Amino acid sequence: MIGALARTPATLRNFGNTQFATLAGLFVVAVAVVLTIQHVLQHDPGYFFQILTIGIADGSIYALIALGYTMVYGIIELINFAHGDVFTLGAFISLALFPVFGIAEGGNGLGYVIPLLAVAVITMGLVAMINVTIERIAYRPLRHAPRLAPLITAIGMSSILEGAMYLWKGPFNLHYPDLLPATRLNISGVSIGAKDLIVLSFAIVLVVAFTLFINLSKLGKAMRATAQDRDAAQLMGIDINRTIAATFFIGAVLAGAGGIIYGLYINNVAFDLGFITGLFAFTAAVFGGIGNIPGAAIGGLLIGIIAAFNNGYFDSAWTEIVIFGILIATLVFRPTGLLGMRVPEK
Amino acid sequence: MTRLRDFIRENSRNPNAIAYAAMGIAALTLPGIAQFATGGNADYLVSLAADGGVFVLLAIGLNVVVGFAGLLDLGYAAFFAIGSYTYGMLASQQLIGSPIHHALHVPFWIALVLGTFIAAGAGALLGAPTLRLRGDYLAIVTLGFGEIVPRFFRNMKDWTSGVNGISALDIPTLPYWITGPWANTELAIEQNFRFTSFNATAWYVLIIILVVASVIGVNNLYGSRLGRAWMAVREDETAAAAMGVNTVNTKLLAFAIGASFSGFAGAFYGAKLSLVSPDSFGFIVSITILSMVVLGGMGNIPGAMVGALLLYWVLYKFLPDAPQQVAALADNLGFHGLNTVTPNWPGIAEFVSRLKFILFGLILVSIMLLRPQGLLPSRLRTQELKRGVHDEPVVTT
Repeated sequence: MIGALARTPATLRNFGNTQFATLAGLFVVAVAVVLTIQHVLQHDPGYFFQILTIGIADGSIYALIALGYTMVYGIIELINFAHGDVFTLGAFISLALFPVFGIAEGGNGLGYVIPLLAVAVITMGLVAMINVTIERIAYRPLRHAPRLAPLITAIGMSSILEGAMYLWKGPFNLHYPDLLPATRLNISGVSIGAKDLIVLSFAIVLVVAFTLFINLSKLGKAMRATAQDRDAAQLMGIDINRTIAATFFIGAVLAGAGGIIYGLYINNVAFDLGFITGLFAFTAAVFGGIGNIPGAAIGGLLIGIIAAFNNGYFDSAWTEIVIFGILIATLVFRPTGLLGMRVPEK
Repeated sequence: MTRLRDFIRENSRNPNAIAYAAMGIAALTLPGIAQFATGGNADYLVSLAADGGVFVLLAIGLNVVVGFAGLLDLGYAAFFAIGSYTYGMLASQQLIGSPIHHALHVPFWIALVLGTFIAAGAGALLGAPTLRLRGDYLAIVTLGFGEIVPRFFRNMKDWTSGVNGISALDIPTLPYWITGPWANTELAIEQNFRFTSFNATAWYVLIIILVVASVIGVNNLYGSRLGRAWMAVREDETAAAAMGVNTVNTKLLAFAIGASFSGFAGAFYGAKLSLVSPDSFGFIVSITILSMVVLGGMGNIPGAMVGALLLYWVLYKFLPDAPQQVAALADNLGFHGLNTVTPNWPGIAEFVSRLKFILFGLILVSIMLLRPQGLLPSRLRTQELKRGVHDEPVVTT
């Protein structure tokens, strides 16, 4: 009898998962797709591919950030609000390092490859160390506190990082040197910017390297084990604190790389850039299934493409509403995300 | 007389009673003291205090959702926006430009009630599909909702004039009003009184009345069947359901009632400012209100109020004043170099004003690290945190 009573909330909680809700969700998606196709057909196909490449390039940046969100959430179930600002910090630090390595806009193109890589490596290292420090100061002491506590310190850390960048450079939009070649390639009649291809290939390399690392290395195995069951992992001799610190390290490496790529691609950064970009990337992580690594990558690409299509074919003032609408709809209709693995109610 | 003495003796060691008494005395004496201290130019200070009262209302409302029912809401400012826009659209010339071509001038007192119910309805509307989600997932949905609502108001240009916001809202009126030395005038009864921005004290009195009414209402709710159901759901949803608590309705009511407070707080805020703009309801506002509740002590009404007042003072009085004061201090101490602006140095005033984000972040982080239960914690929760009755997180699941 008590068992039957205890089961009632489960049926009540599932009322949103009924077929009607799923059908309604599918209907909305279908209407959106039809509307988009209608708008696409009104413009010429060249424009379509232009929008698509912008979407994919943006999306690959979101994917890089989303991986950090999804990893941290997977392992300690924390929405790391500071992650978006770690991404901005990557752009800011690299911007400050360019003069040190003699990189300036309009110089010799290919000669910059090695200094640029050096800047990238130093930036990623610095950002990663900052992120590990944040974890050590703000999240580790609260590991056994109520969940709200680390969430609020994460918001506090986000504010501190933004404040530090604000103090450093002020409230202005900063120009980021345009170092990537502006040439456009013509592939079977479709014009694609070399810039978009470079951004995409960098992101793919990083995501693939990262996935291999998680799947093949010992540390990656430790991370997956910790994400599944922290206590059991500890019993198996995994150093939990080190594994979590490593997660923050790697997440920040990817976010730092994302910051540099964003700077090179958009050529414009500001101290509060991380807030909205971080939320988009977080939406991507949720969309793909939070805690799921390929999901984050695919979610990032999709969010980038949806945002670009909305900017290109509809009204860009509504893009943020569409993206956050997707966030809510995903959680309401399919809380496990597109490729989700984790159970939503824990 | 002995009864009074007993009452005082009984409550003199109860931090909540002390907090209520201190806030009550401060609220009663503030206009007078401010008039005295500024030599009759207290309007700015009193008006600031009235705005602080709005945040107290918001903290009380969010405390119902987060503190009582344990539902983490990261988009609370959305309901605040809905309340403000309700008044903005229903009580100005705004709707002439809209597709219905007809301005509405609903009296403030009715709009206050309407704003309350519309915000509560929005809370229930958001809650209905999402309340089966728990903890972080619910937090994310509310975050998304909180981001969407202000942008929606900004984009609906025909109805809300977009980024410019709605200005010149109707001035609330009352047939009779008492003025006196506290407002720097003679003691008199005014007829057809208008709550203009010059009558800071009137606004102040109004918000005090609203806050007192809210505190009484929420205190009653806290001890009621519904309040106990909220706390049961917060502690263990399955056990609460097994005891016969309708968890879905309980949580929906928490959302709706919590939202209703920000509804009338929003209507008040819009009317007082006579301006509603989409920029005043961003994520930072939601976070500020949440920080107020957490700083004061979640689940404890006087705690949330103290937290709101303290953080409001820091964010809206201390930090905005700090740059000028530091600049003046530097001048007085002879460090004139600090005040000269060079390409590499924005001047000490600008420097200090740029520190605001860092200071806000430091406040949040240090509260959570040093006193996670808040300044004035609820007794129940202190015991849970100390003794660790639950090995599961107490708050969000």
